[in-house]
Amino acid sequence: MDSQQREMLRRLQALEFVLTDLNLYLDTHPDCQAALQDFARISEDLRQLKIAYEQRYGLLTVAGFGSGRSPWNWVETPWPWEIDG
Amino acid sequence: MWIYEKKLQHPVRVEKCDIAMARYLNAQYGGPDSELAASLRYLNQRYSMPTKKAKGLLTDIGTEELAHLEIIATLIYKLTKGVSPEQLRAAGLGGHYAHHDNALFYTDANGVPWTAAYIQATGDPVADLTEDMAAEQKARATYEHLINLTDDPGVKDALRFLREREVVHFQRFGEALNDVQDHLSYKRFY
Ligand SMILES: [Fe+2]
Repeated sequence: MDSQQREMLRRLQALEFVLTDLNLYLDTHPDCQAALQDFARISEDLRQLKIAYEQRYGLLTVAGFGSGRSPWNWVETPWPWEIDG
Repeated sequence: MWIYEKKLQHPVRVEKCDIAMARYLNAQYGGPDSELAASLRYLNQRYSMPTKKAKGLLTDIGTEELAHLEIIATLIYKLTKGVSPEQLRAAGLGGHYAHHDNALFYTDANGVPWTAAYIQATGDPVADLTEDMAAEQKARATYEHLINLTDDPGVKDALRFLREREVVHFQRFGEALNDVQDHLSYKRFY
């Protein structure tokens, strides 16, 4: 994995992590407007970033951007334990 | 249902092979307070929860624990990648090799296989959420022990991240417990 991909993956992990944390927070604070706004904004940023990442480096989910191409591209890229973090 | 995402929740880098540390990390792979135990406990308890908050939280934390299980597995995999039977034997993992070769397996740090007897579902939401809070504290304490057992900066970084998540989960379960208690007392009085 080159440094550009690693940087993009890190950014993706960071955004998704913020969403996960907000998700749990909102489960017990469903009326918090500030958290709801953050959630909406970050989930949109993440959506864009995922499309850009999948276009360049391959699928994150089996039905992600550009899935179903030949050869079956889901299994082509390395698995999380195979990459150098 | 669940959808798999081909990435870790948090990056994992290890500096060099460390079989002994991989063995200790099994505490959080298949031990009593492991990520496996946490995930299976929460995803099973959610069916008998009375409130929206508790059902949501057990689903979402149970899912996050699976991502943590994958981080622990990746650490163990990387720390033992390509080691020989002799090296495993020298690190006290000859027994593991006899049963599992270089495969990962759900045991604790001493090789004891995971068992459902580690977890409970009483059907009583107060009892179950209180167990969940204790489980988060036990996992946090285990992570602190594991952090003390390594000087690999990459391993420490991943373990610190996981430790921090247990603190957050404990906080959220406490909030869900308050909500369940309000719900139960409301039912009693009206
Ligand atoms: Fe947790």
